[in-house]
Amino acid sequence: MPLALLKYGLSKTYDGPAYFARQPELKKNYDVIVIGAGGHGAAIAYYLAKNWGINKVALIEKGYLGGGNTARNTTIIRSNYLTPEGTKFYSESMNLFKELDRELDINLMYSERGHLTLAHTDAAIRTSRWRAEVNKHMGVDSELVYPEEIAKICPQLNLSDDVRYPILGALYHPPGATARHDAVAWGYARGACNLGVELHQKTAVTDVIVEDGKVQGVQTDKGPVYAGKVVQAVAGSSSLVAQMAGISLPIITTPLQACVSEPVKPILDTIIVSGSLHVYISQSSRGELVMGGSTDPYPAYTSRSTLDFKEGLMAHMLELFPFLGEVRLMRQWAGMSDITPDFAPVMGLTPVENYYIDAGWGTWGFKATPVSGKRMAECVANNTQPSLIEPFKLSRFDDFSLVGEKGAASVGH
Amino acid sequence: MKLMPCPLNGPRNISEFICRGEVTPMPDTECSDKEWSEYVFMENNTAGEVCEWWFHVPTAYWFIVRRNSVSEEIIETYTVADFFSKHVKEAGS
Repeated sequence: MPLALLKYGLSKTYDGPAYFARQPELKKNYDVIVIGAGGHGAAIAYYLAKNWGINKVALIEKGYLGGGNTARNTTIIRSNYLTPEGTKFYSESMNLFKELDRELDINLMYSERGHLTLAHTDAAIRTSRWRAEVNKHMGVDSELVYPEEIAKICPQLNLSDDVRYPILGALYHPPGATARHDAVAWGYARGACNLGVELHQKTAVTDVIVEDGKVQGVQTDKGPVYAGKVVQAVAGSSSLVAQMAGISLPIITTPLQACVSEPVKPILDTIIVSGSLHVYISQSSRGELVMGGSTDPYPAYTSRSTLDFKEGLMAHMLELFPFLGEVRLMRQWAGMSDITPDFAPVMGLTPVENYYIDAGWGTWGFKATPVSGKRMAECVANNTQPSLIEPFKLSRFDDFSLVGEKGAASVGH
Repeated sequence: MKLMPCPLNGPRNISEFICRGEVTPMPDTECSDKEWSEYVFMENNTAGEVCEWWFHVPTAYWFIVRRNSVSEEIIETYTVADFFSKHVKEAGS
């Protein structure tokens, strides 16, 4: 046993380095206020300080750091989207992820597993081919594979014809990965705080102060705070926060449920997704099988669990992996997903001057954490929409120029 | 299993239904593009009591549900005719 550990075990005080420096009291004025300290908010604050030298920033969070959808997603990172805009965007995110643990000096446990999106119908095969061609054109490693190759990539899969929906093929994305989601939020927040950003947890924003179409600051439960620029980076409550600033969003909030099994020895390396069966599964580094499905069938502001979800999920899961019949579920949870009509996010400038939005992250938000932070920081610093996120601007709905990402956003929408 | 009291079929499993979104007034077809895009894409996304269009899939039946989107309590359901003749008139819209 290391002697240092023994020393702390016997001592009443711990004088080791604290993860976060003690945060000062909330001030009255900042350059930028970021509402929401999840992965996205923390990343925006970090890149504002690092890339643009703006460190008089308050990162304000109603609950605790990374306690919302950052902690509720199923940690899958991929870039095999359907549209060129989406593929380019998520590709940059993946490249940032690969360097992130060194940059933030934290172990993100970024683990490349290979990602299979199964196709059980001719229509799904066609979409897979479409995605593979768009992906390859954008330089993303992605290919349509058939059962013979699938059996080599993931021999655990039940490829028999004797099931309700036999597997006809799959979109194979070798760089598909998982990472420790909490560490992403902690790493970004610590990095930001080291550069002078203030993190204020348990501080709820109750209103946004707007005068003559220009944002002035926010009201909080600890009093008003003023800033030249305000960024909204929340999930689940995007519409409610935007309403405070007088902005309407094309978002519906719907619960998304997920669960994990008891931990078992490593049995599944690949990440398996089936859009037609509305299921996805991967094994975490702790050995738990992380499973999820489609969003709930109707909108609600709640994170309860339903039996319908588990019945539907398990019935299909057992067709793919019959051996899971012996495995018990250990834990379940839900997050609130902000779903947009085109399954692409809403990012950048808003009708309110100096108020910026990073919302509509439905079921595709975690994998976009680094790129959203980087590009939103660029947007805030220059007050212009960066070209990479130009297609995701809020005003695209006024122009009827949507980014149709439904075919690749997640499962079963 | 959560039950939805359908005005036509009585209480049925909620998985037999589709929620089509909040009841909102449709603008005149002569309206501006901006008004139309707001009608088509923007959502109130109400946290609390809300009136929505619901559809019973097996019987292809549309009706209106008043429910709470936070507590998920279903408060009342209406036939379309009843809802628009009585309740919408009373609300003065």
